[in-house]
Amino acid sequence: MKVTLTRRYSFSASHRLHSDAMSEAENDALYGKCNNPYGHGHNYVVEVTLVGAVDPATGMIANLVDLDSYVQKHVLADFDHRYINEEIAAFKTVVPTTENLCIEIYNRLKGFPGAKLDRVRIEETSRNSFEYAGGA
Amino acid sequence: MFRKCNNPHGHGHNYTLEVTIAGDPDSKTGMVLDLVELKELLEREVMARMDHRFLNYEVAELKGMIPTCENVSVVIWKLLEPKIRMGKLHRVRLYEAPDLFADCVAGDEFQGAAR
Repeated sequence: MKVTLTRRYSFSASHRLHSDAMSEAENDALYGKCNNPYGHGHNYVVEVTLVGAVDPATGMIANLVDLDSYVQKHVLADFDHRYINEEIAAFKTVVPTTENLCIEIYNRLKGFPGAKLDRVRIEETSRNSFEYAGGA
Repeated sequence: MFRKCNNPHGHGHNYTLEVTIAGDPDSKTGMVLDLVELKELLEREVMARMDHRFLNYEVAELKGMIPTCENVSVVIWKLLEPKIRMGKLHRVRLYEAPDLFADCVAGDEFQGAAR
């Protein structure tokens, strides 16, 4: 049996799904409303899961205060109330689907010194969620 | 280290417990495990022990442990795991708050470096 600890965070941001690899008509056909040139917003929920041994002295996998400040610094400060396509360098050339957002946020958090990052799960809406646990 | 959570008078949570059983549905009943049986087990093993209790002092299984979300979930796993008659305990998810939960998941213990 393994033990994980998960903390949920949220941020609001806008994005536009548009791929330069496709024509305007193809983008419109594929992404529909999400291809609106003015973008659109979501209240994203980000679940960050840590895995590790529970320290017998503290009863914890990692100190949550440390995790909160790490996520604030490496994710929330950059993403909250931003237009992801234009204001986050990684998405200048990558379509900001929530699949790709999971990978970007995972990569930003995998260096957390307090415990091993197990996975990042993002709810784009209450009906859509995506998950990335690293690897190939 | 523990800040507000270190208040000597303690503090409370409305915990939410999710228990997941994995297995093949029984060919006769179509069920992995009878929900009534699971409900009675949870009532007996978890609710009777922990509901409206001061976890530090009133739960024998937590004696000598800090009642973090991680540790409470591990104690619940150990209470339930040997008593599941059909299927296998797959996951215990304990929410301490809507934005914080610990999971115990079937499989090998974490072996990597803690970092």
